[in-house]
Amino acid sequence: MRLKVVSVLSAVALMAACSSTPDQESTATGGGTQTTAQQTEVESQTQPMGPAAGTVEDFMVNVGDRVFFAFDSSALDARAQSLLQAQAAWLRSYPSVTITVEGHCDERGTREYNLALGDRRASAVKDYLVALGVAPGRVATVSFGKERPVALGHNDAAWSQNRRAVSTLAGVGS
Amino acid sequence: MSNKPRLSVALRALSLALLMAVLSVAAPARAELRIDITRGKVEPLPLAVTDFIGDTAEARRQGAEIARVIASNLERSGLFSPIDQKAFINPRPSMETLPNFANWRVLNAQALVQGRVMAMEDGRLRVEFRLWDVFAQQQMEGLAYFTVPDNWRRVAHIVSDAIYKRVTGESGYFDTRIVYIAQTGPDNKRVKRLAIMDQDGANHRFLTDGGTLVLTPRFSPTLQEITYLAYYNDIPRVYVFNIDTGRQEVLGDFPNMTFAPRFSPDGKQVIMSMAEGGNSDIYVMNLGTRAVRRLTRHTAIDTAPSFSPDGRSITFESDRGGSQQIYVMDASGANPRRVSFGNGRYATPVWSPRGDLIAFTKISKGRFYIGVMRPDGSGERLLSEGYLVESPTWAPNGRVLMFYREEPVGDRGTRSRILSIDLTGHNEREIVTPVDASDPAWSPLIP
Repeated sequence: MRLKVVSVLSAVALMAACSSTPDQESTATGGGTQTTAQQTEVESQTQPMGPAAGTVEDFMVNVGDRVFFAFDSSALDARAQSLLQAQAAWLRSYPSVTITVEGHCDERGTREYNLALGDRRASAVKDYLVALGVAPGRVATVSFGKERPVALGHNDAAWSQNRRAVSTLAGVGS
Repeated sequence: MSNKPRLSVALRALSLALLMAVLSVAAPARAELRIDITRGKVEPLPLAVTDFIGDTAEARRQGAEIARVIASNLERSGLFSPIDQKAFINPRPSMETLPNFANWRVLNAQALVQGRVMAMEDGRLRVEFRLWDVFAQQQMEGLAYFTVPDNWRRVAHIVSDAIYKRVTGESGYFDTRIVYIAQTGPDNKRVKRLAIMDQDGANHRFLTDGGTLVLTPRFSPTLQEITYLAYYNDIPRVYVFNIDTGRQEVLGDFPNMTFAPRFSPDGKQVIMSMAEGGNSDIYVMNLGTRAVRRLTRHTAIDTAPSFSPDGRSITFESDRGGSQQIYVMDASGANPRRVSFGNGRYATPVWSPRGDLIAFTKISKGRFYIGVMRPDGSGERLLSEGYLVESPTWAPNGRVLMFYREEPVGDRGTRSRILSIDLTGHNEREIVTPVDASDPAWSPLIP
């Protein structure tokens, strides 16, 4: 009886190790259950070069984690809306995943106003996702104002990259 | 954090031990030496600050340091021009006899500051000084202070304030501190720490370790507490830092981000913004009862609140009219009215401790400005400008402001520093800090 359990476990471990060859990340992910490991295995066979479905990398590469805003605006343009529709669809497929939407601003505003504006941007994204059927309890928001630029530089190109809302995932492997 | 308690101990020791005695003053002068600081650019008053004499080598060393701090304070005010000590004919004049005024007249010194440091038998220090009007040959001020020896620097600031007050008729601002945000690292991985220093940059120390993002510190009127925004565990909330104990405590139990905190003039309340679903409104918390009152209820961004010194009104910024503008309302939240109507966006209103002006940040055509206006919005004057200037804070006498300036360095870097400027728009000076600096808050005079 005991022996049998051990053999099943080792089989799973082997499969997981296999699947990690094309995608080094998934070993760390697998940790969870047998199902996860097997799912990963299937995915990596059909799509050997791409990230495993349901992972952070899948979300980043195949959906996109961020939308951008015009100066001093929290309006979602057509491009942002289309990306958020893909985010909502992805989130509906992986109902255990929760996200935090970070709202950010460029450096061309005052600090406290930008904290409020970042909150407005994050909330605009949350409201849109919720309207598309994502449960509000799965979406947290946080504003970083102008404190966390991604693009260094003091020009329009950098500022437009920094005026963003970024969806970061929790409850999922990397 | 390590030497936090020292400050409070020093403060308390001083408030108990700083006794003051008025030295005998000669008959009042006729045509008084006086600087009118309410007018535009003034010609700095030439004055001689001699090394304070002492009865021991240690007392003489402290006396020289005290003179150096006084001269430096007065010079930075832009109102005085200390004469090089090398020119002095008698560098350490006796306190027992009248100064030889002719020796100072030839240097064109309008005023003379002299003093003496004595070690008392009980271990305290006695520091006395006299301020002379050289041309009228009159004593303008003469005071003595008793304190613990470690506090010689504070005594130098207090003497500087006494000289400033005697010559300008306004209270001084040298015996004050600055709390600010110290910054290190690249722009996309900036480490920000709470830091505190004397008004002249001395006694600098860091209050937090940089592990958590901190922003916008402000002093309580008693100087014992600082309220600020911190991101512990990436959850932005208003905190209170107790300088006495080093304790940091989240303020209230708010479900969402709280930010932009400021103490009320009596120190019994903190006013701040809370964001909720993209909408920021203004709230006030009573620190005694912890009761919270909501003051604005508007779909716009309402933030950066600041009380008037009488506590009856609040100025804040709001984009309820379509862009960031400055508003004033009653302390109850009633009767909000827009006061800024110039070209551009107006932000960060801060009420002067004198009540007569509101300082602000203005953004117009891609440039940032520091300015002042009357509380009804009239009389706007811009004092400084730059790529980014922000966060004005008032000296306790309402005659000098500090703010911070951020400038691009090369393509990808930024330099951030604190500057002071007179209300007249003259005498802009950098406050030298060990690392980059922003978000200054000027303390009241130390009690």
